[in-house]
Amino acid sequence: MDPSLRREIILDNYQNPLHKGLVEEDGYIKVRTNNESCIDDLWIMMKVLDGKIQDIRFDGEACAISTSATSIMIRNFIGKTYDEAKELLENYEAMIDERPYDKEKLGELNVYDEIYKQPNRKKCALLPFRAIHKLLEDPSLFQK
Amino acid sequence: MNREDFPILKQNLIYFDNGATTMKPQCVIDSMVDYYSNYTANAHRGDYDNSMKVDVLYEGVRGKVRKLIDAKDASEVVFTKGTTESLNLLVFGFMKGHLNMGDELLLTKSEHASNVLPWMELAKEKGIVIKYIPLDDENKVTIDNVLKTVSPKTKVISLAQVTNVIGDVRPMKEIGKLCQERGIYFVVDGAQSVPHMKVSVQEMNADFLAFSGHKMLGPTGVGVLWGKMKYLQEIKPFCYGGGMNASFESTGDFELREVPTIFDAGTPAIAEVIGLGTAIDYLEAIGLDKIQAHEQELKRYLLEQLKNVPKITVYNPTSEAAIVAFNIDGVFSQDTAIYLNHYHICVRAGNHCAKILKDELKVKNTCRISFYLYNTKEEIDELIRVLKDAEHIFDVVL
Repeated sequence: MDPSLRREIILDNYQNPLHKGLVEEDGYIKVRTNNESCIDDLWIMMKVLDGKIQDIRFDGEACAISTSATSIMIRNFIGKTYDEAKELLENYEAMIDERPYDKEKLGELNVYDEIYKQPNRKKCALLPFRAIHKLLEDPSLFQK
Repeated sequence: MNREDFPILKQNLIYFDNGATTMKPQCVIDSMVDYYSNYTANAHRGDYDNSMKVDVLYEGVRGKVRKLIDAKDASEVVFTKGTTESLNLLVFGFMKGHLNMGDELLLTKSEHASNVLPWMELAKEKGIVIKYIPLDDENKVTIDNVLKTVSPKTKVISLAQVTNVIGDVRPMKEIGKLCQERGIYFVVDGAQSVPHMKVSVQEMNADFLAFSGHKMLGPTGVGVLWGKMKYLQEIKPFCYGGGMNASFESTGDFELREVPTIFDAGTPAIAEVIGLGTAIDYLEAIGLDKIQAHEQELKRYLLEQLKNVPKITVYNPTSEAAIVAFNIDGVFSQDTAIYLNHYHICVRAGNHCAKILKDELKVKNTCRISFYLYNTKEEIDELIRVLKDAEHIFDVVL
């Protein structure tokens, strides 16, 4: 990907993140995600309806990489079934960890495909990953 | 000043994170290598030359610490792993036996985690009440606010002499006097003060003082708990074993050694204690007054220069110690720190272990610059140059 386009997408999602702000509504499950070695600290909440992720929202303070990755990730996970979400999650982790992955499946998340070049920022890119991983712990949520 | 004494500063490195830890002069490194290369032996154990030499040097450091902090007696100096262990030893070894349900303890919201969490744990255990002395508009402690918060139930006031984010120097003499008049234990966290200024436990009427070696040019793994002898004698040690007992029998009877050896169970951090002694000699040879004046001149210069940089918010412009907490408007502090790292400038980003300060500062995370004797105006000029260029920050960090 063209580096300036990559930067533009990341920056746009950092400065104007989508789905930011938590809501007081029934039906959401909520987790906190933070990195031990740095100061990123986010809350992420998810609602599942009819076997699909209907909504995800987040709030908190985090760096440009963590915030943008959360914003982009949320967009990509809404509408997914449990199996689709799991598959997306596995591909994303594989990309960050420099293992083989399916580029087609990741869409806009491909902007982080060179994050491995800055090893200290891998954990930033994985911050929302770990939250969504936790949110998907209970597959029964997706049973219609 | 004295940059040539610090081997690490030969690298392309601008180190502005001295509140976290400090660089080591060659003499400190050499003194530890000397122990390992030329006279390794255990302390308090043998009758051979090297062992006796170790004893003399190890115990001699207590005397150096005594002089540094103006204590009455070298035997009031207890070696620990660092400030955190010192405060934990004091809270759980002493306060646990001396505080009761309903007793009040005064802290502030700008204390470091190690002067908050042990107390919170003890409060939970014993039903002690923690109260926070309000900070003024500049996030400082005033004697008036201490007087407003103190009550007949107050049994302890525990404060950093200098805080690690704001860098305010507290009116310790007045607070110590108040504590003495009212029979309140006065605990001083000296982690950010002892390395940078002249400290006198007698002048501030302290009952306890805790600090770390690595923040004052010494090695990691060694620190000090100083306390008044009558209180140290009432501390129940954490650690039992060799070195701290006078005798023990199979009947279960045992006798322990006196303060301070009672706190030296097992083999202590001998090389580190020796290194700490060398660091104290080094600092005193330069003079803590001189070091403090140099740091304050750097802070004054930095604040002056920062006025010419757009979009910078400084959170503690009026504090006395050489610590500056700031943010670039609209940039997360960690991104700023990563940006500066690109130019080999080391600053700390985050809450700096003062996680409840956010209530007062109205901002959770900041970048912190903290100076020491080896920092220079040229380094500040380079920082300013890079900060002025910060409109390109995301071209660098992304």
